[in-house]
Amino acid sequence: MLKDITLGQYFPGDTPAHRLDPRTKLLLVVMYIVALFCAKGVFSYGLTALTLILCVRVSRVGWKQLLRGLKPVLFIVVFTGLLNMFVTPGDPLVQLGFLQITGQGLINAVRMVLRIMLLVMGTFLLTYTTSPISLTDGLERLMNPLKKIRVPVHELAMVMSIALRFIPTLIEETDKIMSAQRARGADFESGNLLERAKAMLPILVPLFVSAFRRADELAVAMECRCYHGGEGRTKLRALQYRPSDATVLFAGAAVMTAAVVLGRFGL
Amino acid sequence: MSNIIETKELTYAYAMSEEDGRATVALRGVDVAIRKGAFVVVLGHNGSGKSTLAKTFNAVLLPLGGNVYVEGMDTRDEELLLEIRRRVGMVFQNPDNQIVANVVEEDVAFAPENLGVPSEEIRRRVDAALESVGMSEFVQHAPHLLSGGQKQRIAIAGVIAMEPDCIVLDEATAMLDPVGRREVLSTIHRLNREKGITVVLITHHMDEAMEADRVIVMDGGLVAMDGKPAEVFAEVDRLRSMGLTVPDTVSLLYELRHDGWTVPLSAMSVEDCAEVIAAAWKK
Repeated sequence: MLKDITLGQYFPGDTPAHRLDPRTKLLLVVMYIVALFCAKGVFSYGLTALTLILCVRVSRVGWKQLLRGLKPVLFIVVFTGLLNMFVTPGDPLVQLGFLQITGQGLINAVRMVLRIMLLVMGTFLLTYTTSPISLTDGLERLMNPLKKIRVPVHELAMVMSIALRFIPTLIEETDKIMSAQRARGADFESGNLLERAKAMLPILVPLFVSAFRRADELAVAMECRCYHGGEGRTKLRALQYRPSDATVLFAGAAVMTAAVVLGRFGL
Repeated sequence: MSNIIETKELTYAYAMSEEDGRATVALRGVDVAIRKGAFVVVLGHNGSGKSTLAKTFNAVLLPLGGNVYVEGMDTRDEELLLEIRRRVGMVFQNPDNQIVANVVEEDVAFAPENLGVPSEEIRRRVDAALESVGMSEFVQHAPHLLSGGQKQRIAIAGVIAMEPDCIVLDEATAMLDPVGRREVLSTIHRLNREKGITVVLITHHMDEAMEADRVIVMDGGLVAMDGKPAEVFAEVDRLRSMGLTVPDTVSLLYELRHDGWTVPLSAMSVEDCAEVIAAAWKK
């Protein structure tokens, strides 16, 4: 059951979307999110949606996978949709007892649902086409200016990539501990929410203890391999900014600006 | 030939434990010199100080008293820390806890990246290191999907990529199944033979010591025995009194001698052992 987690899953491939520099992709996603939040009417939404469709086609990520990514946020989507539908004041269209659906509410609901769905799919497209390593590399390089105000950029990126590396290891360990506790008669499936939460305790404690021990051993192993912080570090795959990256970034910026402008005029 | 690692009057103690308030003395004045290119096995039961000794070889632990020299460099000298660690690589027991990246090649590249090696040179070293441990086909694999022996070979490759003069394996075979152990042992034997890398293998598996150039037995924080494997294993009673078992072959010969047979204790491999017994039988 624990193996279903699709956190930051990456689908290897060799499309223009995969080859793009992670920094370009990160910036594009940021712009895309801004545009989404500025979108108002059919045209601005249409433009952002079209951009996403184009990107998905280029990256050759299946729609199935993309839609599967929506599953965890399904509840939020439905909830915000319903909330917007019922609580927005305006001219009532349908009256259901004390609840009413207004025209404005309906429009708001559609907007919000579309916004969240596009947002999630857009960001998933990033993690689907970018390996975790190049993603953290890209983040590290993008945040580099923050070093001037003493933000530990390299350390943060390192922590992130080690966390990603240890997710499968810790999941495996959790499975093992659960089996061990089950063999001793622990019951994880029955009981109410509180009881089940309590039953998780004998899993969490050994998991934490072992995670700390792992961290300690890993730190020593890293030092033995001459790790001494980000100073003077080189990379196996140095990020290379190609002319195509600049072109894509420029085109993306233009389209997203157009979407923002359209949104400003309520279109 | 010169020595790659030399300890002088080396002592070490772990900080006081909370239960009895006493410091645990792990090393009580150890003098060892390890020759360049040698294959040395350090044996000892739990708590004999063998792991502690290994950890002082590349300044993971600094001596409490005495000194450790790596190619003449004092491990206490902080300026030389990186150079010492580059020359003496270390592989640990749990393969999962020493792999840093989630792609094999990125993990092997970790040490050269830290050393500031240029990208093309890192590429060359990564490929060469994976080749030397026989894992070239796994360049793009995720380490957590590999077997224990394969993971440990990746860890060795990660050390080889620093181009070290010496590799210390701190019970690196303890968590592996027999197949994995054999993989790792044949890998390090080959590295020792073909590349002339000095190997210090810390273990409590006696049979891993049989092919070594030299065996050091640790007991109670001191070097108890030191010599060729055949010499060390011949002292069956002494080894047993230190809580160590001898290889099955030696044990058999020892029992035969007890029963009045005239067999030497130095035949360690199964073939040699069989031959000596056959020879004694014919007499």
